[in-house]
Amino acid sequence: MRLLTLRGLRLLVLAVFAVFFVAPMLWLLLAPTKADNALVTSNPFAFGSFHQIVLAWNHLDGFSSHIYRRWIENSLLYAVSATLIVLATAIPAGYGLAFGTFRGRKAILTLTLVVMIMPAAALVLPIFLELNALKLIGSVFSVILPFAFYPFGVYIAYIYYSTTMPRDVLDAARIDGCGEWTTFRRIALPLAKPVIALVLFFSFVADWNNFFLPYAVLAKSSQYPIQVGLSNLLSSTPSFNPAVGGGGQQVNIFRPELALATLIAVVPVLLVFMLSQRSLVRGLLGGGVKQ
Amino acid sequence: MLTPAAQVTRQRGLPAGRARRKRGLGSGRGVGFVVPYLPFLVAFGILPMIYALTLAFTSHKGKFIGLKNFTQAGNDFRFGPSFEHVFLYTAVWLGTLIVFVVGLALVLHGRAGRASSTFRFLYYIPGALAGAASVLVWLFMLDPGVSPGTFLLHLFGSHLFVESIAPGHLPFIFAMIAFWTGAGGWIVVLHGALNTIPQDLEEAARIDGAGPLNIALRLKLPMIRKWIAYMVILSFATGTQLFVEPQLVNQASLGMVPDTWSSNQLAYQLAFRYGKFNEAAAISVDLLLIGLIAAVIIVTRTGLFRRED
Repeated sequence: MRLLTLRGLRLLVLAVFAVFFVAPMLWLLLAPTKADNALVTSNPFAFGSFHQIVLAWNHLDGFSSHIYRRWIENSLLYAVSATLIVLATAIPAGYGLAFGTFRGRKAILTLTLVVMIMPAAALVLPIFLELNALKLIGSVFSVILPFAFYPFGVYIAYIYYSTTMPRDVLDAARIDGCGEWTTFRRIALPLAKPVIALVLFFSFVADWNNFFLPYAVLAKSSQYPIQVGLSNLLSSTPSFNPAVGGGGQQVNIFRPELALATLIAVVPVLLVFMLSQRSLVRGLLGGGVKQ
Repeated sequence: MLTPAAQVTRQRGLPAGRARRKRGLGSGRGVGFVVPYLPFLVAFGILPMIYALTLAFTSHKGKFIGLKNFTQAGNDFRFGPSFEHVFLYTAVWLGTLIVFVVGLALVLHGRAGRASSTFRFLYYIPGALAGAASVLVWLFMLDPGVSPGTFLLHLFGSHLFVESIAPGHLPFIFAMIAFWTGAGGWIVVLHGALNTIPQDLEEAARIDGAGPLNIALRLKLPMIRKWIAYMVILSFATGTQLFVEPQLVNQASLGMVPDTWSSNQLAYQLAFRYGKFNEAAAISVDLLLIGLIAAVIIVTRTGLFRRED
């Protein structure tokens, strides 16, 4: 009996939190199916019509001569190229830090940790000045290169290798005549699949959602990633900005358009999540080597 | 039973391996793997850190002026409130994070697989919406005109959008947004950590008569302490970085919420609107120091980075 009430209570708590996490998403999913005034008058979770979605998309796409598409493309370019560099540098680095014996290993590890726990935004200003000195401000590299530095990725690769990969396996490979590089490629890399998925996911999401750095280093709105673009869109809508007034009528950006813009901006992250979900759900330390 | 061939390699193998390891110590094994990462660490980690420090202690002409930038930034009438806002926000956010994320992770770990993974997935979904997108969603949620939670908003006494985003509410609202987007990810991470606890340990505890509550609090909780500390450090760091949320609310509030609401915004405004890069750097250094002190306290109290070999 007591066990039963405990179980009921547990389920209730879980359900309440599920509502908290899911209801806003559900609302967002349904908002573009309705006209702006219907959002106010109809049930928040009622479905409108598919026709409205098309209408909202046409308004959104028409905004500032297709700039919305441009923002999504920019974000993809920045996040994908930066994440590829992160994977190519962070996984080997984590491996080297876990099993290497070179001088300065501790120092690199400590510095990585220090930079990792450092508020990244505190570094945006000096990074801006640095890029400015290199005359990179306003170029795509001013976003991609800083994004490509992802100490968190190095750290999880390091944790993964040092906790789940027995030294004996590597030693065995070396005894069998594998060189450093072959050992890494044949043994360490295939075993690291879960951690590669994790780094890929976290790095992509961090880049996709980053607002401050591109906001500071990019000047032209045609170069904005979607996050900065969304804030641009927000300031052009009369729904939250009555001052825009007549301008809102001209640009046709109201709440349904804004909701659609937000929704589309989330799709790539969801896709990457699906891709790496198995590793994510299994957790960091599940795979690799069974003891 | 080993085959003769395996026995031979084994006999040959062991001493050879030892010899190699010895030689490896001197020659620096594995450095090549770290090299590609180093330019990034230097260019976007170490150099900016040094640069920020230099700027903070020099005048705009590059002369060393001690703490003058710090006192000047500190005397700005917006300095105090902006740090207060960020502290209150961070405290609320960390508190809810620790209590609810750890609690939910433990509750979910006790449940059977299918239901647990469904809940984890549901909780995780908003994680896709960090940054500007999450703020936009919550601007809708806080607008009594369109929100599905209008009755809740009325309960808190707000009937208009501007009442919802009154400056006094903002630290709590931002903490809620951060929790909404971030909690699911950490629940997944903690769940992963919980999965590494050997099953026999749990079984032994159960045989000894420990109930699910006791197992959760006395066995599982201590074993994921490191991960909790890790979560707190990273969240503290992101907490003090608050920028996009107040920036967007500023845009949506017709300036009722100042564009220097958070300390990071203040640094941004000082640098890019007033050209006071040195004072802005001083604020960045203030934030760095706070982050470092907090990290050191947490690390030394939990032994987070002790290497277990």
